[in-house]
Amino acid sequence: MTPAEDLRRRNRRTMLAALGFGGTMLGVAFAAVPLYNLFCRVTGFNGTPMLGSAAPGATNGPGLTIRFVAGTHPDLPWQFRPEQVSMRLQPGEEGVAFYEARNDGRVPVTGISTYNVTPEVVGRYFHKTACFCFTEQTLNPGQDAQMPLSFWVDPAMFQDPETRDIRTITVSYTFFRSLDDAARSGALANAGPHVGPAPEGITAGVRPRAVP
Amino acid sequence: MADAAHADHHDHTPGFFSRWFLSTNHKDIGTLYIIFALISALVGIGLSLLMRLELAHPGMQYFADGQMWNVAVTAHGVVMVFYVVMPALIGGFGNWFVPIMIGAPDMAFPRLNNISFWLMVPALALTVASLFVGGAGTGWTLYPPLSDIQYQPSAGVDMALFGLHLAGASSILGAANFITTIFNMRAPGMTLHKMPLFVWSMLVTAFLLLLSVPVLGGAITMLITDRNFGTAFFKPAGGGDPVLFQHLFWFFGHPEVYIMILPAFGIVSHVISTFSRKPVFGYLGMAYAMVAIGVVGFIVWAHHMYQSGISVDTRAYFMFATMVIAVPTGVKIFSWIATMWGGSMKFDTPMLFAIGFIFLFTVGGVTGVVLANASITQILHNTYYVVAHFHYVLSLGAVFGIYCGIYYWLGKMSGYQYPETLGKIHFWLTFVGVNLTFFPMHFLGNQGMPRRYPDYADAHAGWNLVASVGSYISVFSFVFFFYVIFVTFTKRQKAAANPWGEGATTLEWQVSSPPPFHTFEELPRIR
Repeated sequence: MTPAEDLRRRNRRTMLAALGFGGTMLGVAFAAVPLYNLFCRVTGFNGTPMLGSAAPGATNGPGLTIRFVAGTHPDLPWQFRPEQVSMRLQPGEEGVAFYEARNDGRVPVTGISTYNVTPEVVGRYFHKTACFCFTEQTLNPGQDAQMPLSFWVDPAMFQDPETRDIRTITVSYTFFRSLDDAARSGALANAGPHVGPAPEGITAGVRPRAVP
Repeated sequence: MADAAHADHHDHTPGFFSRWFLSTNHKDIGTLYIIFALISALVGIGLSLLMRLELAHPGMQYFADGQMWNVAVTAHGVVMVFYVVMPALIGGFGNWFVPIMIGAPDMAFPRLNNISFWLMVPALALTVASLFVGGAGTGWTLYPPLSDIQYQPSAGVDMALFGLHLAGASSILGAANFITTIFNMRAPGMTLHKMPLFVWSMLVTAFLLLLSVPVLGGAITMLITDRNFGTAFFKPAGGGDPVLFQHLFWFFGHPEVYIMILPAFGIVSHVISTFSRKPVFGYLGMAYAMVAIGVVGFIVWAHHMYQSGISVDTRAYFMFATMVIAVPTGVKIFSWIATMWGGSMKFDTPMLFAIGFIFLFTVGGVTGVVLANASITQILHNTYYVVAHFHYVLSLGAVFGIYCGIYYWLGKMSGYQYPETLGKIHFWLTFVGVNLTFFPMHFLGNQGMPRRYPDYADAHAGWNLVASVGSYISVFSFVFFFYVIFVTFTKRQKAAANPWGEGATTLEWQVSSPPPFHTFEELPRIR
């Protein structure tokens, strides 16, 4: 092999390695999507609650106040609000709370809500056993629905120096119009209310509902 | 090397079209990149002039609304970052001098090099054209939901994003080309630890590009599909998370700021050493400081996101990691000063720009350490203090690096030495202009003036007027720079192979000015 051929071969190898490097990073960028999701779900990062497991039963810890807030995306012609401002709960005890939603639009609308808890550090101790937020919800025009959730707080939070001083946990939901539904009504292409004119009181901006 | 001096007399260059449009010669491609950067700079500086005219007085003067303002801000940022600083420092000086400094006849893949350059032209065209179809009022950070189709329905955003794709592809190919060239094509005896610092800076830059640009590519691909094809990578309604985009963007964006400044570090090291007539102080420390900056640059991205809802512990980590970067950067500043210490210094224009660079970059670095504090950023986030900070390191740091390189190597590249007096006038005009523009922004930021608004409270009027006057001086100095170039090419004062004397020791000073079309067909031997 002449030196020129040898150099060409080495160049090609280095180039392929370099491009492989770049290609891997492109793959990592896309892998970040499920990994980020998984990371939040496993670690409770940024107030992501834990899902599934059943409550162990009430223990004698300091009592907690659970507060409830709701937000609605302006694309969704719904009134959405918690039925209770707050409730008291013992650590380990299963709590049940209700939200209420009404479709003010003229056609059936499907929505889905995102959820999290604050303070954000408490996410890994806040467990949801059942929640309306796990699935899409469809409401017919004018339909009013009560939406339940059940949850418990792990008493282990009182051993963690980051969370042991917390006595109030705020549970938050923001309802969005589901993408499929939005696509069906052509909402993806345009901003603003898509199902009839916006009812009184529904203007722009996600805002927490005043609680009666 | 004696025969290299008159080699250009029997040097055969191809005709105009094949030389400049089909070029595979690293010097010609380097020249094309520098011309390209100067043309883009006209666009970028034009936009900044418009912005400063608007901000000179409270109230709305020239811009129709906030969206048009944001379009101008975004285009200014994107053009300056991707189409001015990167092409000039990496494509321009990198292509010109990396092969010569390591004694290689050309880049490893000359045709790929040609593709890299010509991808930049449609990229710039798309970005500039996007201004005329509604533009991208997203900020250069492109955060969703603002960049979603709902809030930015214009195709201008898609054009700008596609332009970024092309520029990114160009950068990745260029970076792979530099890595291959530097690893495989060094002349015999040119070990990694003997390599000039500019080549080291390009090697580190190439690795940063290769690791970070594909992540931007992925993120903006997701943004394009979110906008146009109904995916929900960043839309909560479909289970996505807009904060993920911020993570991806800054995983690219933070290394990107080092991509812009490292080549300038390399150039400044050469200039300081040349004009102090001493080898650079602590050569290995200088090289590995750049490697350290590159490595640490990848683990500090979330300091751009202190206000995006990250926990106290995460903030503490990113604060610490960010401040660690001040250590290798401090090593570099120290070594430049130690190089000058006891040297026999000459204050020619390149040296003025190099010293100006050290001063301005240090100011920007100090405000960087201030902003690294999550608690202070709580107040200063998205204020003009941040604008002042990153213009001190980029607009003043990286751009002074570019000017430094142009004056240092203009004689080498063109064969004509620039007029020294005019060069010095240009330096002082630029130095006064940019400081007058950006220093008052620290005060405005501390007073709470937010970024990305075309209007402000009357209380901010005084310093804004000062900044605008400064920007007029800066724009004038840029026009004056073209005059200096014009005089250089009309007076045709022949440059010697080495106009700088004993301090200039790297290989480019051993070939003629301009170097023959083909350098080092026979590899030089490094002692």
